[in-house]
Amino acid sequence: MTPAIREDFGEILRLVTPGARVLDVGCEDGALLELLTRQKGVDAQGLEISPENVAACLAKGLAVVQGDGDRDLDYFPSRSFDYAVLSKTLQQMREPRRVLSELLRIAEQAIVSVPNFGHWRMRLSLMTRGRMPETRALPDPWWATPNIHLCTLKDFTDLCRDLGLQIDAGVALSSGKPARRMDPGGVLENWRAESALFLLSRAPA
Amino acid sequence: MTRAAAAIGERESNGGALRFPAGKGLRLDSGATLEPLEIAYKTYGRLDAAKSNAILVCHALTGDQHAASIHPVTGKPGWWDRVIGPGRPLDPERYFIICSNVVGGCMGSTGPASIDATTGRPYGLAFPVITIGDMVRAQAMLVEALGIETLLAVVGGSMGGMQVLQWAADYPEKLFSAVCIAAAAKHSAQNIAFHEVGRQAIMADPDWRGGDYETAGVRPEKGLAVARMAAHITYLSEAALQRKFGRQLQRDGLSWGFDADFQVESYLRHQGAAFVDRFDANSYLYITRALDYFDLGAQHGGVLANAFSRARHVRFCVLSFSSDWLYPTSESRDIVRALNAAGARTSFVEIETDKGHDAFFLDEPQLDAALRGFFASTAQARALT
Repeated sequence: MTPAIREDFGEILRLVTPGARVLDVGCEDGALLELLTRQKGVDAQGLEISPENVAACLAKGLAVVQGDGDRDLDYFPSRSFDYAVLSKTLQQMREPRRVLSELLRIAEQAIVSVPNFGHWRMRLSLMTRGRMPETRALPDPWWATPNIHLCTLKDFTDLCRDLGLQIDAGVALSSGKPARRMDPGGVLENWRAESALFLLSRAPA
Repeated sequence: MTRAAAAIGERESNGGALRFPAGKGLRLDSGATLEPLEIAYKTYGRLDAAKSNAILVCHALTGDQHAASIHPVTGKPGWWDRVIGPGRPLDPERYFIICSNVVGGCMGSTGPASIDATTGRPYGLAFPVITIGDMVRAQAMLVEALGIETLLAVVGGSMGGMQVLQWAADYPEKLFSAVCIAAAAKHSAQNIAFHEVGRQAIMADPDWRGGDYETAGVRPEKGLAVARMAAHITYLSEAALQRKFGRQLQRDGLSWGFDADFQVESYLRHQGAAFVDRFDANSYLYITRALDYFDLGAQHGGVLANAFSRARHVRFCVLSFSSDWLYPTSESRDIVRALNAAGARTSFVEIETDKGHDAFFLDEPQLDAALRGFFASTAQARALT
């Protein structure tokens, strides 16, 4: 593996089984889909909001539909993918709850990563400065942030339980550090992980 | 050397007309048979030894086979000269590009102005009603006659895009990829309504003579021009029309009469007048009818996805224009949804432009980028398989 691969991409590469059907929601310029196609031989499909990015994906030979994760997931029939990937954008969705359900309607499993508002740096920043935290992971001021639905890891795992989703794996991600497996419900992780990536499936009825 | 022959892209243009004699004619959706059948076509570039680089370009309502060569009537560059040519997304150095005049047309393929073998006179209204499916069946006959088993791509905009969808439904085994630009899987009430205005304008012209104008030695030019004027408005966006003309006058001051005071009037009159020189009124009736009859979902039990159930292996690219109100983006989205439901490999971009439906002929860098990327990656994928 080349060192240039983003930590979260590396983890997704590890989780996805070879030859799987993968939908990347918010695939940007297709970097992840390209990696997955090359290294895992997946059948890749992207959804991306920016037409420039879609054109870049087309040039790479990727199949990408221009659309908005909030609105256009209904493009895809139920259980048409093995994995649906949503990388660090759930907190930017208007309806994260509905989007999560949709991901697991479309795919057998979802790979979702979220920044952790419960990270100690956030808590410390809020406590000492009394202002909305601006950190490495979330650098924008409150009035310019695209992140309209921030949550802590505890909030996220609670929502998964509410939606009847099962967390099959969790990985803690902190910039500059290697990814490490974690206990998704671990109390300490809610302090330690800058962001986290989860492998989700529908809980067996 | 003439200017036409010197034009790049003209160098390797080729073609002519293929004739299918009686007994080998075209079976039509209406149940009739069209024979003998002629299909006029042009090609650009060379077919490679493996016959794997052929791309069929499907033209729109008033287009023809002269996609990238000087038009014999107007003397102007082909309608898709911007896209087809050396260094352009469809490069004849790399691809063998075919474009044929649709059946029912008036540039050499059998149409209502052709001689009906049973009477020895022009068909006129005795010409059978044709469909998009018939146009595609004729193209498939041509492609087969050229010895091509699989097309690297079939591509078209507007009515050409509908033919692309019909290809995917009827001949998926002959396709590697399909590009559908600014089209719809069916004609809407509004689409039909505008076409009906055009047809009524033609039929109201006394020179139309019940479709028999050819034998009378006249042409319903006024009616056809009005039809073109009405249709032309639908090809432009409100914003483009406003930007181009606004309320600008042709001359200083108003005429206080019904001359073309406004530049937009003069423009439309010019569009109408130029059109009648190169188009046949009856062809306009028949081709607009074919478009109105088009409803690909209805052909497949009312479920559009079923039309693509045999096309799962085809790489699709669907493109729409944000300001196109003739075949708006919502129509393309319906196509994309159906393709996804069918499990086909699908890409879709809505290109941001204020140029309206006609943007697919015009300078639209995003369109070029999307086409260039899609064709390059498609050719690469074909070489790998």
